[in-house]
Amino acid sequence: MATTSIEKEDAIHPGKPVVVDRYNLGARVNHWITAISLILLALSGLAFFHPSLFFLTGLFGGGQEARAFHPWIGVLLFFSFAGLFIRFWRANLPERSDREWLAHANDVIAGNEEKLPEAGRYNPIQKFNFWAMSLLIIALIVTGLAIWDQYFYEWTTIPQKRVAVLLHSLAAVALICIWIVHVYAVIWARGTLRAMTRGSVTGGWAWRHHRRWLKELAERHRFKGPAAPAE
Amino acid sequence: MEPSPHTATSNPPVSAATSNLTERDLVRRSASTVPPPARQLEPVAKLIDVSKCIGCKACQSACVEWNDTNPAVETNTGIYENPHDLTPDMFTLMRFTEWDNPQTGNLEWLIRKDGCMHCEDPGCLKACPAPGAIVQYSNGIVDFIHENCIGCGYCIKGCPFNIPRISKVDHTAYKCTLCSDRVAVGQGPACAKACPTHAISFGTKEDMKKLASSRIEDLKSRGYENAGLYDPPGVGGTHVMYVLHHNDQPEIYSGLPKDPKVSPVVNAWKGMTKYIGFAAMGLAAAAGVLHSALTGPNRVTREDEEKAEDLVKEKA
Ligand code: HEM
Ligand code: SF4
Repeated sequence: MATTSIEKEDAIHPGKPVVVDRYNLGARVNHWITAISLILLALSGLAFFHPSLFFLTGLFGGGQEARAFHPWIGVLLFFSFAGLFIRFWRANLPERSDREWLAHANDVIAGNEEKLPEAGRYNPIQKFNFWAMSLLIIALIVTGLAIWDQYFYEWTTIPQKRVAVLLHSLAAVALICIWIVHVYAVIWARGTLRAMTRGSVTGGWAWRHHRRWLKELAERHRFKGPAAPAE
Repeated sequence: MEPSPHTATSNPPVSAATSNLTERDLVRRSASTVPPPARQLEPVAKLIDVSKCIGCKACQSACVEWNDTNPAVETNTGIYENPHDLTPDMFTLMRFTEWDNPQTGNLEWLIRKDGCMHCEDPGCLKACPAPGAIVQYSNGIVDFIHENCIGCGYCIKGCPFNIPRISKVDHTAYKCTLCSDRVAVGQGPACAKACPTHAISFGTKEDMKKLASSRIEDLKSRGYENAGLYDPPGVGGTHVMYVLHHNDQPEIYSGLPKDPKVSPVVNAWKGMTKYIGFAAMGLAAAAGVLHSALTGPNRVTREDEEKAEDLVKEKA
């Protein structure tokens, strides 16, 4: 079998149905802090993006407050995402088989997963999401600091700030688009959301979407729980 | 209501006057639209004749006095500028340059009164995301409305002249108001009133242009062949204009930009980016709706569960 994409916390609980641990508590808390800060950033940022959305500042207590909070939430997002990055970067490294999976783009969209090569812990679209988010968040923190005039006014020249604010808004748009795709994919592939709430998925979900991951776990006897057979 | 304000030179009546600059005189309001104004005020302008300036800073003092600001006392670094830059408490600043004129070999002491130019096409207002934080009156005055300002600093990025400054005290942006509160009641700006050499004049833009041309003619007759009026067309002209003895090279006056315009980066940010942004986010959302309508949810089947159970049984 190819390189492993198993995380330490992953384990199979045999039974009916089979349940597979996918995210431990730390990973889930980390994920939801990131998610909430991303949503708050999108809401406060979009308020400055266009006058028609300025009313969103009301969610934060007013324009001054939204302006003051946004960059701090950005700092939180950065460190929180860094935590996710450290957890998951390895499992998101590209593999040879990703190319073939992507060649079946039509089948991916149509949901004909039986025609696709078996995916590991993450499929290529999830990997793309992961790396795009990583790069965009780095771009957002760098450009965000450059326009955080309250503390870093002296750090950049005005022409640099102009470029920074343009790039910041473009990166934010790109990140929000990727976020929409991410959320949609989670809803579309039913049974995915519980991975981030309860921390586990069913065996059938793993078989359908991440068969190679499930097979690797079984191969390596990563069994757990009351019904776990003796190893 | 008083008639449209004209000039600063005469003393205004001391009786109480109602403001001439009202909401209805707005031609532009940041991040919002305004109805067409009911009347057109006569465009006004401040003319700064640098050739007459003696660098006494009476204008700076008058500005501090009228606006009741309190600029910090700074250290002397061997130059005359004080404070060293525009600040949220110093809306106008005398900038001094010692310039070696290569043609004559003379040392020329160039003094320029820096401050908001009151652009006809103001980059600050264009960049501002807060509804009504920056307004422009039909007489050309660009004003910051502090209760609407959120302190984001976008005006700093929009301004081609590096003028607005954000206060660390109330986190709002400050700059020269062209004494809009004085002009509103028929008075001229405090600086113009204080200037002992009449280097600063105030009146209708038309009158100020006429005054400028007589000054330029005079300067030309004294050998300043490049004397001219600085009223840069790149920002639609300004309501603060300079008479410069070397109008061919405004940069020598402490970096006055030669052809200022709102940066193309700012235009891209405030223009294209908004359309691209909404289109992209809308498309992403629409793609999701469409996809779910066409394919329906991707559900795990009973068969998938059985396959997983078989696999686990086999390996366990
Ligand atoms: C990662 C750290 C981040 C920092 C330090 C940061 C900082 C800033 C700052 C300083 C501003 C100017 C307004 C203000 O002063 O509050 C701003 C604007 C904005 N931010 Fe962020 N931000 C970050 C992340 C994000 C993220 C993750 C998003 C979106 C998901 C985002 C979306 C926006 C948008 C849309 C604007 C308005 C841009 C415009 O006016 O065109 N930011 N940001
Ligand atoms: S000089 Fe700057 S602050 Fe003044 S009106 Fe022009 S853009 Fe606005």
